[in-house]
Amino acid sequence: MQFAKFVVTRVIAYVLVIWIGISVVFFVPRFMPSDPVESMLGRIMSSGAYMAADQVEAMRATLTQAFGLEGTLPEQYFGFLHRTFLTRDFGPSLSMFPTPVNELIGRALPWTLSLLLCSTIISWILGNAIGLLAGYKSRWISSRTLEVIAIFVYPIPYYITALILIILFIHINPIFPLFFSVRGEPFSAQFISSAIYNSVLPALSIVIVGFGWWVLSMKALSLSISEEDYVYFAKLKGAGEGRIMTAYVLRNAILPQVTVLALQIGAIFNGALITEILFSYPGLGTMTYNAVLQADYNLLMGTITISIIAVATSTLIIDLLYPLFDPRIRQK
Amino acid sequence: MRGLNSRLKIGLVILAVFICLGGILPFFSTEDPRDWIRHPRNLPPSAEHLLGTTNLGQDTFWLLSYATQNSLFIGLFVAFFATLIGVFAGLAAGFLGGIPDRVITLLADVFIVVPVLPILILMSSLLQGRASLLLISIILIFFNWPWPARQMRSIALSMRERQFVNTARFSGSGTFTILAEEIVPHIFSWAMANFVNTVLVAIATESGLAVIGLSSLEEATLGTMIYWALQHQALLGQRWWWIGSPVVAIIVLFIGLFLISTGISSLSAERRGHGDA
Amino acid sequence: MLRLRNLKCYYDTPRGVVQAVDGVSFEIRPNEVLGIAGESGCGKSTLLKVLYDYIQPPLQIVSGSYEADFPDDNGKVNTIGPGEIREHWWDFISYIPQGSMSVLNPVIRIENQFFDAVPKSHSLKGKREIRERVAAYLKELELPVEVLKSYPHQLSGGMKQRVLVALGTFLHPQIVLADEPTTALDVVVQKGILLMLTALQRQMENTLVVVSHDMGVHYQITNRLAIMYAGKLVEYGPTEAIFNNPLHPYTQMLIQALPRVGDQTQRMGISGRPPNLIEPPAGCRFAARCPKVMEHCAHQEPALTQIEPDHYVSCHLYQGQAS
Repeated sequence: MQFAKFVVTRVIAYVLVIWIGISVVFFVPRFMPSDPVESMLGRIMSSGAYMAADQVEAMRATLTQAFGLEGTLPEQYFGFLHRTFLTRDFGPSLSMFPTPVNELIGRALPWTLSLLLCSTIISWILGNAIGLLAGYKSRWISSRTLEVIAIFVYPIPYYITALILIILFIHINPIFPLFFSVRGEPFSAQFISSAIYNSVLPALSIVIVGFGWWVLSMKALSLSISEEDYVYFAKLKGAGEGRIMTAYVLRNAILPQVTVLALQIGAIFNGALITEILFSYPGLGTMTYNAVLQADYNLLMGTITISIIAVATSTLIIDLLYPLFDPRIRQK
Repeated sequence: MRGLNSRLKIGLVILAVFICLGGILPFFSTEDPRDWIRHPRNLPPSAEHLLGTTNLGQDTFWLLSYATQNSLFIGLFVAFFATLIGVFAGLAAGFLGGIPDRVITLLADVFIVVPVLPILILMSSLLQGRASLLLISIILIFFNWPWPARQMRSIALSMRERQFVNTARFSGSGTFTILAEEIVPHIFSWAMANFVNTVLVAIATESGLAVIGLSSLEEATLGTMIYWALQHQALLGQRWWWIGSPVVAIIVLFIGLFLISTGISSLSAERRGHGDA
Repeated sequence: MLRLRNLKCYYDTPRGVVQAVDGVSFEIRPNEVLGIAGESGCGKSTLLKVLYDYIQPPLQIVSGSYEADFPDDNGKVNTIGPGEIREHWWDFISYIPQGSMSVLNPVIRIENQFFDAVPKSHSLKGKREIRERVAAYLKELELPVEVLKSYPHQLSGGMKQRVLVALGTFLHPQIVLADEPTTALDVVVQKGILLMLTALQRQMENTLVVVSHDMGVHYQITNRLAIMYAGKLVEYGPTEAIFNNPLHPYTQMLIQALPRVGDQTQRMGISGRPPNLIEPPAGCRFAARCPKVMEHCAHQEPALTQIEPDHYVSCHLYQGQAS
């Protein structure tokens, strides 16, 4: 029962996250001081495109539809929710007409997901391993040094790390390419190797920052868990250091770290968006940015909606995996 | 400064430097650093221009000072209101329990998960770089209250059972009196640490938006400085003073803020440790 | 079986040296239930740590000795001391912690919590063998075997304490140390735990050492009793003799504080508390609280003297009555 209740709560939260996120996206343009359709039109025209009067009218209609501005407010709102939860059809891209937005997002999403998945997993595992050592062996000099490094790395935002990496490894030492360019047929050896080569720096900047956080939080956790009664009793049992560190301290300290990972996905995603833009990495972030620059409103709504859904889904997945680690939720 | 730990000392010194830079120096400035072509372009640092000039003919030092002022303002504004809302929401949830608790907890969890940046990007793109710093700050408040709320809720839950609260309750004090007189002093340090942390998050988020040119382009913040430097190819032109100043400023400021926030936490932990012993 | 001679064990803390166990001598005999009593902060738990040979900084042995008689596989008895006793944890000497504390790892099944309590030298090898032995032992104790597949949060406080008793006895050790085994359990459960402990002791004919601040527990199950105050042994003898004829004023206070069936008068609480052990008072450490304090008590330290057969006390009231 406990477990069923847990799942139901999570799923409700999941739907709520998407609903609230989408509602904010829906209401923001409506509370803007300027009419989004007119300002978008002005922007398209000022970018130098010539349009005849009927074309302007057609564009206005397209934009009105894209913004979901047809009909009364409730109609608009339910149309919007319908599109988000059921059809997920965002229409054609305006800048790459007539390619459907869904197709463009379909191309970008795997890049973002693989970048985030790899870098988050690497930094989570690495940071927790080092944080565990730093907390459990807090008297070691290397533990303290690592902690100081983590203190200096953690508060630095992703894009600053990204900029420093760009300055160091693209401009001062040109080890990595200035522009993101993947060569070869999809999934050929050349494709994969050049994709990895191009992704090293963006991934590194996400790994570095996350790493600092995981080290610091894991250190604090394992330090306090080392003082729990069951760790003391494990020593009285005669368990070895390694065994205490893994079976007792790690097994318990990892639980809050899984929860925090779920809560951090949104923040990590925010960071990854900007990192992608700075490295012109071909994922959702860069696509969102291009959509803004080219006033491609359909694409923008699509990427933002998918971003919210992707973050909510990753959070839900981690939340649902949590009982694998914590028997207190699994069994009651 | 006695009795403060070294983290807190270093952090406070760093913050003091930035408060001078952003809070006091701009009043002595003779120029509006937002004006372009006031000075010769791309000068190296000199006595007259401490950090050189930008490609747009601005004095980098005064621009940095002005940008720091705006960034600090955003940080403090957002942190103040987000902490205030968060603390009260969290305490309400923890002490009232029942339906208010469920609603607040759920809302907090939801707002933590929704990624704020895409929403800010959408808003800025509609306003085409004319999003005011105030508007951005308000959105940031919306997305930053849940962390203190969660923290305060768990503190409130653990304190609800403590002796002195029960004593107050039995002696007939109302819930609000308990909140104001017993709890608030007790949680002040947590709120402070969170406040400093939120300053950091708010500045970071606004700067992040600004770096890609989606914050207010009419104002200078640490992030927009980076944006203009990137736009004018400071990297390719190797004009390190221009791009380096805001980058270094952000790094140092953030490390300082982070040291303060962890310093406050460990200070209060120490105090509690001594109090119990 | 296990002997302490004038043992001094101090904690070296930044605030000063805590003289937690200060010159304690006694012996633990085969096949008995020995109680160690006293208020909290009088060195009981430290003494237990020392008996268990768990001496970690800042705790250290300053002077004195203790040793145990350890029969090896051939039946030959060897004398072993600090640092050696810990080689034989659980199959020679075991420890039952206070179960209300969260001593069980919350994320591991009960059956797997027995693994670490099998010493490397023991003949039981492998997780499966240990699990089987534990299951058989629980059946013997008439505990539900489903407990083994559970996690700690699924068990009641009493059941957790029973599991800890099982953990402390399943390798049939010669000496079982129980640290406040009934504290924070309700009365009915307390009774059950005490019955279980004494039944096991009788069945295995080994030695049970019970540390408790609760004189009632000592009255119910111990054969001999040691009363500690401020790091020192103040009285020591057969439990019956101590309850019938408590000699030391501190012992008298502890016994008077016990509730009795049918007694409506308010129990006399124990006023004051044990002294700071960083700078303990000179002379008798109980002098400041003693209702029968005499002038020389504050300067002169009383020696442990035998008053009647096997019954020792350390108090100036009885100087010159040595038998």
